[in-house]
Amino acid sequence: MITIGYFPGCSLLGTAREYDESLRAIAPKIGIELVEIPDWNCCGATAAHSLNHTLATALPARILALAEKENLEEILVPCAACYNRLVMAQHELMSNEPLCKKVSDIIELDVKGTARPINILEALMKTSSNGLAQNISKPFNYTVACYYGCLLVRPPKVLQFDRAEDPQIMDEVMKKIGAVPIDWAYKTECCGAGFSVSKTDIVSKLSGKIIKDAVTRGAETIIVACPMCHSNLDMRRKDINQYNDSRYIIPVMYITQAIGLALGIDKKKLGLHRHIIPVTLPVKEKTTGKTQPALAVSERSASGGKTEVE
Amino acid sequence: MSRIGVFICHCGENIAGTVDCAKVAEVVSHLSGVAHSVDYKYMCSDPGQNLIKEAIKEKNLSGVIVAACSPRMHEPTFRRACAEAGLNPFLCEMANIREHCSWVHEKSDGTTQKAIDLIRMLVSKVRKNKPLYPIKVPVQRTALVIGGGIGGIQASLDIANAGHKVILVERDPSIGGHMSQLSETFPTLDCSQCILTPRMVEVAQHPNITLYTYSEVESVSGFIGNFKVKIRKKARCVDEKLCNGCGVCIQKCTVKKIPSEFDEGLGLRPAIYVPFPQAVPNKPVIDKKNCTYFIRGKCAACEKLCPTKAIRFDQQDEIIEADVGGIVLATGFTILNTDFFPEYGYGKYKDIITGLQYERLASASGPTLGVIKRPSDGKIPETVVFIACAGSRDSAKGIEYCSKICCMYTAKHAMLYKHKFHEGKAYVFYMDIRAGGKMYEEFVRRAIEEDHVKYIRGRVSKIYEEDGKLIVKGADTLLNHQPIEIKADMVVLATASIANQGAEELAQKLHVSYDSYHFFAEAHPKLRPVETNTAGIFLAGACQAPKDIPDTVAQASGAGSKIAALFSATEMTREPVIAVVHRTAPPIFSTCVGCFLCQSACPFQAIEREEIKARDGKVLKVVAKVNDGLCQGCGTCVALCRSKSIDLQGFTHEQMYAQIMAS
Repeated sequence: MITIGYFPGCSLLGTAREYDESLRAIAPKIGIELVEIPDWNCCGATAAHSLNHTLATALPARILALAEKENLEEILVPCAACYNRLVMAQHELMSNEPLCKKVSDIIELDVKGTARPINILEALMKTSSNGLAQNISKPFNYTVACYYGCLLVRPPKVLQFDRAEDPQIMDEVMKKIGAVPIDWAYKTECCGAGFSVSKTDIVSKLSGKIIKDAVTRGAETIIVACPMCHSNLDMRRKDINQYNDSRYIIPVMYITQAIGLALGIDKKKLGLHRHIIPVTLPVKEKTTGKTQPALAVSERSASGGKTEVE
Repeated sequence: MSRIGVFICHCGENIAGTVDCAKVAEVVSHLSGVAHSVDYKYMCSDPGQNLIKEAIKEKNLSGVIVAACSPRMHEPTFRRACAEAGLNPFLCEMANIREHCSWVHEKSDGTTQKAIDLIRMLVSKVRKNKPLYPIKVPVQRTALVIGGGIGGIQASLDIANAGHKVILVERDPSIGGHMSQLSETFPTLDCSQCILTPRMVEVAQHPNITLYTYSEVESVSGFIGNFKVKIRKKARCVDEKLCNGCGVCIQKCTVKKIPSEFDEGLGLRPAIYVPFPQAVPNKPVIDKKNCTYFIRGKCAACEKLCPTKAIRFDQQDEIIEADVGGIVLATGFTILNTDFFPEYGYGKYKDIITGLQYERLASASGPTLGVIKRPSDGKIPETVVFIACAGSRDSAKGIEYCSKICCMYTAKHAMLYKHKFHEGKAYVFYMDIRAGGKMYEEFVRRAIEEDHVKYIRGRVSKIYEEDGKLIVKGADTLLNHQPIEIKADMVVLATASIANQGAEELAQKLHVSYDSYHFFAEAHPKLRPVETNTAGIFLAGACQAPKDIPDTVAQASGAGSKIAALFSATEMTREPVIAVVHRTAPPIFSTCVGCFLCQSACPFQAIEREEIKARDGKVLKVVAKVNDGLCQGCGTCVALCRSKSIDLQGFTHEQMYAQIMAS
């Protein structure tokens, strides 16, 4: 069991509750003990860092400092935007001594840089190498489009994590649970992000392209690791389909949910019922040849001879 | 008792503007050991120099101090003047009262006092100066040229035509380098091989040139004029004397599908091969990694069929030793052809190729006989996108420098495509067009205006495959960053030029410095661009920085001339400012205790072990000895010596302490 600090951020308490639920559900099974950072605050994403640099650094700095106080060496930050803010703040604080001092005075806490923010992929990579494959009870044998989004692997100079323009780690993790990742063009393209609120037509256009490419290339589900990406691809689907005159029903799942299913965790514990687009996956036969009803987690009756996952 | 003359220069207003030179001369004249002190407007002028010469003769001076500019500027001038007046030049020193005093301070008494102090310190040093005599080093008049590309070929021919012996070492089975791979050359579009191969043949036939192909430099020791080199001649498994180059072995080889290095993986070659038809020497080599005989011990078809019985499976690498006086490094460059930019999909999609691969496609001797066919299905591409700066000028992910040749060869590539396939569409994505050079800008304009190549100023963000087409996504920065999508059949990346593989290792073998990109470093970026910091080793071509053919040839001729100048006499003289190990009378012989810390510290491998023997040959003591030819006078060993047994001539401990104590 590895003990890792946990910073859920606001999304995982709201629109991305299922991300939080599924992460907490799989954590003990993959050998992670999550220690939520006490009294955590907003990371300052979007609003703060476009308006006030000091504030945008001070907010994540407080989170880092609180984690350090708990002697945590790593902080798991599932939200890609939070992750970006925490990593960038730590990078700036460690390379700019006057700023570090100024921020320490503001938050009344010292930041030493001993607690390293890690994203969900890094955490999964760590645990998957020591035995994720052995714990798989129901292989997630679907063709998946691994969608990293814009922030998970950028900026490369600061993150030094995976290949910024053609990342592979999510694909690797998905392979471990039995999935077949496709090679596609929109892995790291923009989903429209914050325009979800102010300019939905842009989201419709950008997210529409992502979904189209994933479907065209045969993906059965899109795997994400960012609440913003999920809400744009899932919650805005009606707008997307309307705008693009399309009828895409491909489900969008968090990577933790896919792993949860593979580990045989109950779909309700994974929050699969919270999605706008129902998570409906065809039943596949196991390599043993037996019919595999394991993914039939629907409370409703199966339709059309197929067992469905909702 | 010393009789030192001090000459204070005004340097016009440069010194006299802030320093009271007359007062300096007056104060200095009273210093102990000073016999003569005078100030003058321009000491470096002829009358100024005569002032020094006359004073030496009249006052019988035992030392001279010129208080003026930096010794880097005029020390040779004044030392020469002293020598002409019969004074050992190393008894003349310069006090820098310009850069170190007048230029950096306001006019004040303090400034004048500082000038006096600088001179007073130097007086104390010069009182301890001893005459020194230049060192004569014999010169072995044979040159080693490493690398047989156009740079190495040109340098070899120039040196050989000057009447000196040359040993040319090439790593590959043939000389010719990258230039032999090129299709046509900018800005004249003449065929690369047509202009190169006559030179290659000339090298092979020149009586003064010894050519070692398929060979590498194993080690280099020694110093300017007297290098000792070991060359590893790798086993070709073919007796070069017996082989007549008939090519039967190549035709009959049973392994045929090995990606050809010469064709950048676009063509195939057998296990016994010559890289290309015009190879020099035209003798095959066996690729042991792929040869059936070496893998399974069977086959030997080539051995059975060779009419001259030249195949030698048991041939071993041979080590050749040679003495050379000077070395030219012409090891060239390589290109970044990894999947350095994952978003461009090189390695993932077959029809995304590098510029060098495109050269092979466009070359009449290439795998497609000069027809531009895309690698995936052999079709002629109807739309080709060329991406300049693929890796160059990109501090975030690539290399920071400009690769220099890409703007020109990309224009050439697009032009050749249009010449070969008139209906085709050619697009070039560029950042800036850098076409500095004779007829270069005109060449690029020709591509744009006459051949209608579409130039788009902007970067490509991503390339992916969709329905059999390569979708190139970019932006046109001249059209308000308007996004552009081009459906291409082939994409050519002008990948960055980088230092050759093993450049760092070779530099370490030769004790030549290299930059952070592993290109060999020149001694001075402007005034000594051909020399390295190691005396006797010169640079030619793209091993120093990315260069096109004209620049490479010019520098190679420069290096050749430097070697010819070095070989113009049978011996050369060097400044005696080198380290010496103290020797005293028996039974101590030397205060050196033989710890040899100095040996490990010396950057030039100039410290040797010397055995002091009794008359019966018994070794009494082992002490350090400095090799005159190798020592560059850096002083590292002096600082490190625990028993203070090493001194730098002209800067001895005694002299330096005297100078410091006088401050």
